[in-house]
Amino acid sequence: MGAFDFLMQGLATAAEPMMLLYALIGVTLGTAVGVLPGIGPALTVALLLPVTYRLDPAGSLIMFAGIYYGGMYGGSTTSILLNTPGESASIITALEGNKMARRGRGGPALATAAIGSFVAGLIATLLLAFLAPSIVQIALKMGPRENFALMVLAFVTVSAALGDSALRGLTSLFLGLALACVGIDQLTGQARLSFGVPELLDGIEVTTMAVAMFAVGEALAIAGTRVQADESVTAVKGSVWMSRKDWARSWKPWLRGTAIGFPIGAMPAGGAEIGTFLSYATEKKLSKHPEEFGNGAIEGVAGPEAANNASAAGTLVPLLTLGLPTSATAAIMLAGFQQFGLQPGPLLFATNPTLVWGLIASLLIANAMLLILNLPLIGLWVKLLTVPKPWLYAGILLFATLGTIGANPSSFELGMLLGFGVLGYVMRLFGYPIAPIVVGLILGPMAEQQLRRALSISQGDWTVLVQSPIAATLLALAALALIVPLILRARGKGQVLTQMAGDED
Amino acid sequence: MSDFRPEPQRRPDWAALVIAVFLALVAGVMLWDSARLADLGGYSGVGPASVPRVVAYCLLGLAGWTALAAFRGDFPEREPQNPSPILWIVAGLAAQLMLLHIAGFSIATGILFAFTARAFGKRNLAMTLPIGIVFAFAVWVIFAKLLMLHLPPGPLEHLFFPGG
Repeated sequence: MGAFDFLMQGLATAAEPMMLLYALIGVTLGTAVGVLPGIGPALTVALLLPVTYRLDPAGSLIMFAGIYYGGMYGGSTTSILLNTPGESASIITALEGNKMARRGRGGPALATAAIGSFVAGLIATLLLAFLAPSIVQIALKMGPRENFALMVLAFVTVSAALGDSALRGLTSLFLGLALACVGIDQLTGQARLSFGVPELLDGIEVTTMAVAMFAVGEALAIAGTRVQADESVTAVKGSVWMSRKDWARSWKPWLRGTAIGFPIGAMPAGGAEIGTFLSYATEKKLSKHPEEFGNGAIEGVAGPEAANNASAAGTLVPLLTLGLPTSATAAIMLAGFQQFGLQPGPLLFATNPTLVWGLIASLLIANAMLLILNLPLIGLWVKLLTVPKPWLYAGILLFATLGTIGANPSSFELGMLLGFGVLGYVMRLFGYPIAPIVVGLILGPMAEQQLRRALSISQGDWTVLVQSPIAATLLALAALALIVPLILRARGKGQVLTQMAGDED
Repeated sequence: MSDFRPEPQRRPDWAALVIAVFLALVAGVMLWDSARLADLGGYSGVGPASVPRVVAYCLLGLAGWTALAAFRGDFPEREPQNPSPILWIVAGLAAQLMLLHIAGFSIATGILFAFTARAFGKRNLAMTLPIGIVFAFAVWVIFAKLLMLHLPPGPLEHLFFPGG
C-alpha cells in the first residue's frame, strides 16, 4: 500500500466521533494557550500528560498534536493584537502584525495569519504523509551507531548551534544529561545518583521537569520582572476579510513560508522560530513594497505565520519516523508516546499503523477546525486576553501542581517541582536556554543505550562509530554545527544566531 | 527597552562564579557516585559509570568556561528583579507540598492559588484564599471523582464525600 491508501485509512480512523472530539478539545486548548502569553504548547502537553494517563492512546496523541497546531495559530492573535508574542514562534508576527492592527488593519492581519497557517498546515501535513514512508525505509536500515550519531547531532543543534552563547546552551544540555543519569541503569540494573532515595530510582520524571521549567520557572520570571510591558489590546476594527489586493500579496508568501518552514522544522535544529525569521527576511527582500516593512506589511505576517505552522508539521517528521524530537513540544510529545508504552520510530509504522496514520490524518482535520475556530470566532479568543494576570498565573500553577500530584501524589515530587522551578527561573534570569535541558533529559538515556549497544556489538572498538557512512556524515555535521557558530560568534557575527535563539515550543 | 546603558563591568561577575561553582559541584557529585559503581563494561568496555563520568568531565570543563566568562564579564545584563513576588510563589509551593497530605488537596492548593495571586498583585488574602479553596475543590471534584486521578483528600473533601 502506498502513502495515499494509508492516509485514507487514517482519515477513516480520525473521522470517528471520539477522535473528532479529542481533536476538537486539542485545537481549542491549543488555541487558548497559544493566545495566552507565557504558556505555550510544550507546557500544555506536559500538564495534560498525567491527566490523559487513563485515556485512549490514539485519542490523547491526536489531542496533543491538535494542541501543537493550535498553539501555532493562537500565538499569532496575541502578537497582532497585543504586541506580545503568545508563543516564541510568533515573535516576528508581532513586528508587522501589531503595526497593521494599530493602523486599523487588524482584521486582514488576523485573516492572512489564519489562512496562511491553514494553507501551510495543509501542504506540510501532506508532505509529512508522503515523506514519512521513505524516511522510515532509511530509518529501518539504521543501527545503534547511526541512531547515536543522529542524537549527537540533535544535542548539538538544539544546544550550541543557535542562541547567543554556545556556553550556556551546552551547560543547559549537560545539566539535562546529568539529570538523565539519575535512576537505575538500563543495562546493568545498578542505581546511579539516587543517594538511597527510593523516589529517584525511577529517574527524574520528564513531566515534572518540563512543568517545573515551563510553568513554575516562567511564572517566577514574570513575577520577578520589574518592567511591565505595554499590554493594551488593540481592538479589531473593520472587516476581518481580506481585500483582493491582500490576497494577491499574501498567497506567494504563504507558499514560500511553507517551503522554508517545513524543512527547518524537520531538521534536528529545534524550534519553529528559525523558519519565521528566514521567511521574514525573504519576504522583505522580495517585496515590491519594502518601504512598508516595519509599518505593517501584510507579507511580513503571511510568510512567517505560514512558516511556523509548516515547521510544526515538519517537526513531526523526525518525531514519528525516527523517534527524534527537535523541539521542546516534540520532546514532551515523545514522553506522551512513552507513557502509553509506544516508541515512535520506524517500527511504530509497522506495529501500529492505525495509530500513526490516524494521527497524521487527524492533523488535516485539526487544521480545518482551526481555520473555523480562528476566523469567525476570533472575538472569543480576544476576550481571553483580558483575563487578569493574578488569576491567570494562579490558575496555571494550580494546574501545574495538579498534573504533578495526579502522576505521583508525594511531597517529594512536589519538592522536585519547586526545585526545578527555581532552577528554571535562574536559567531564564541568566539567559540559559530551556529546550536543551529538556531534550537532554529525554534523549540522554536513549543516546547512552544506543552508544553502549553499538560498542557491545563492536566489542569495545570506538572506531566503529565512524565506519558507517551515515553515522560518519551525521557526526561530521554535528561537529560542524558546534564549530561554525563558535567561529561566527568569535568574529562578532553572532547577532544573527542570537536572533534565532529558540526558547520553547 | 531602557535608555541607559550600564558601564562595562570590570570586577568579576559573582553570580556567574556561583554558577561555575555549582556546575563543578554537580560534576563532583557525579564523579563520586560513579566511583562506587561496579563498572561492568562487559564486551563494550563501557559500563554504567562511563557516561556519568563523561558528562561530569564535560560539566567540569563548562564550569571552567563559565568562570572564565565570569571574569571577562561575558554574561548578559540581568534585568532587575523584584524579590518579594518570587518569595510569595515559592512560599505558596512550599506550603502546598507540606500541607498536601495533612490538609488535603483543596486547602493546600487554595493557599498556593492565593499566594500566587498575591505575587501578581491581588493582595487581599481574605478574598483570594476562599476563592482559591473553592476553585481547587471544584478542580478536585472534577479530576478526582470524574477522571479518577488520585489527589489526596483532606478534611474538606471528607466533609462532602464522606465515603471517599
